[in-house]
Formats: sequence, structure tokens, C-alpha cells
Amino acid sequence: MDDTDRRIVNALQGGFPVCDEPFAAVAETLGIGAEELIARLRALLDRGVLSRFGPQYQVERMGGRFVLAALAVPEADFERVAALVNAFDEVAHNYRRDHRLNMWFVLATETPEQIPEAARQIETATGLPVYLFPKEREYFVQLRLVA
Amino acid sequence: MPGSMPATDATDRRLVRATQAGLPLVPRPYHAIAEQLGLDAEEVKARLLRLLASGAIRRIGAVPNHYALGYAANGMTVWDVADDRVDELGERVGRLDFVSHCYRRPRHPPDWPYNLFAMVHGRSRDEVEAKVAVIAALVGPSCRAHDVLYSSRILKKTGLRLQP
Repeated sequence: MDDTDRRIVNALQGGFPVCDEPFAAVAETLGIGAEELIARLRALLDRGVLSRFGPQYQVERMGGRFVLAALAVPEADFERVAALVNAFDEVAHNYRRDHRLNMWFVLATETPEQIPEAARQIETATGLPVYLFPKEREYFVQLRLVA
Repeated sequence: MPGSMPATDATDRRLVRATQAGLPLVPRPYHAIAEQLGLDAEEVKARLLRLLASGAIRRIGAVPNHYALGYAANGMTVWDVADDRVDELGERVGRLDFVSHCYRRPRHPPDWPYNLFAMVHGRSRDEVEAKVAVIAALVGPSCRAHDVLYSSRILKKTGLRLQP
């Protein structure tokens, strides 16, 4: 990752324009050509520096629902339970964390009613209680990661 | 989020499905999406602008992989904050420039006393700990206990939300 890549990552974490030729518009502010910007973005995505490039949707505003959930998985059973949980389409992210509640995942569904059903199915599949942590309030954040 | 019932329709949902994995990396991406969906490019742009204005799209741009940028330590910091202070303090914690997500969530006593969650990223655990100390000073005695849950492995990560 060179200096131009860093400037791209830092400049493009939001505000990508909605116009006919948005890459050209952004490239101009970075002092490069649209073709170079597109090629660099493709390389950053291929190398995994960027996990995605596009609109970041907030599914709740479209009627869907995201809920954080956790399990306390016995260590000896961790891999088996991870495979069971990951097999659910409703599970968007899943992280191992260092705590008695050691598996934290996000349930993402198209309607709020599907959340308890997905949690129930995971409880049935794993034999473990699912702790649900729906967001009661979201506080404004302004983080940008500096490359 | 009062009054935010989605003013979305079937076309919006097709637009979401077509773009949630990413925009096409071509000079005229909105035209490419329009062609794929059988819509006019002007309509695609107008709908995206409306979704941005309503908050259904948070932003359009690049989503960096924290780990690839060297942010190897990712701590979910959790705080047991007095109910009558949590919203005021949550607002202030969220505005710290190293906090990427900040939410109030339910407690699950006795297993889980924490009601404020703030995600903190750092290049090392030491860096995260230093940021945790900043939050601890901010919340002060209104916080009875806190913990930091580091992620030790990504088990699954997908950007896709709506099923095809």
C-alpha cells in the first residue's frame, strides 16, 4: 500500500458522489485519473484491504432488523457450534471473543419478527441459550480509520 | 429512531440487492446498475439520494478491513452505567474519535450487567487499553463495572443482508 492507496482509503470512507461519473469526480480531487482510481480500488478489494466498496445500508430503516447475540460455548465444543451457527443465513458476522460469552454474532433478518425465530432455531441446533442484545439506542459516532 | 418507517418499495429492495455487495467498478456505476435492473440511470441516482437522505444508506464508500490496516486489536468495551446517565454518557463516548460503534443494549442479570457497548479499535491491545482508560475517565463513578472483550477470531463475515 503506497501513499496514493492510503489517500484513497482515507478519503473514500464516505461521501462517494451520486453523479454520472463519480470515479472521475473523486479521482480529480486526488490528482489521479479515473482509470487509476478504479484499478487501485480493485486491487485494494482483491488484497482484502477493503472489504467492500459501495452503499452501507442500515437495514432497520428498510424494515429489516440487526440484533447482536451471544452464546457461552463450552471450549471443547467450540468448532462444532461455530459451524452450526455459521450455517444460518441470518448470521451475518460471527466473532470469537475472550469471555465466558465467547461467541458473538449478528442476526440480520428482513423483518423484526424473524429474529426470535432465528434465535430459537439456533438454540435448538446448539442446545445453548442465545443471549439477545437488541440495540435500544444508537449513539452517533464519527470514527474513520486512518490508513 | 422515531418516525423512520421505511418509505421503500420493491424497486428500492431490488436496488439494495444489486448494490449491497458493492458498486460496479466501472466509470459509470449507476448506469451499469440501471441497465442491470432495467431502470433509468436518473431513477437509480434519485433513489440512492433519497435513501441517503432518509438514513437507509449511512454512507457510500469504502469499508476498510480493520486488520489489513493494522488495527489488529478490536475490543468490544462494555459498561454498567447508571440508567439515568447512560444516554448522556453514551452520546459523549460515541463522539470519541476512536469509537466505531456505540449502543445502549439490555442487561442480562446476573450474567451480564453491562448496558453500554462501545467498539474500540487499536493497533495493539495496549493502544486499546489506553483508549479504554479515556472512556473510564469520561464515564467516571456513574459506571459500576466494565470489561473489554477482545475478538480473537473472525468466524464469519458477510456484507450481504437481504436474501436474493
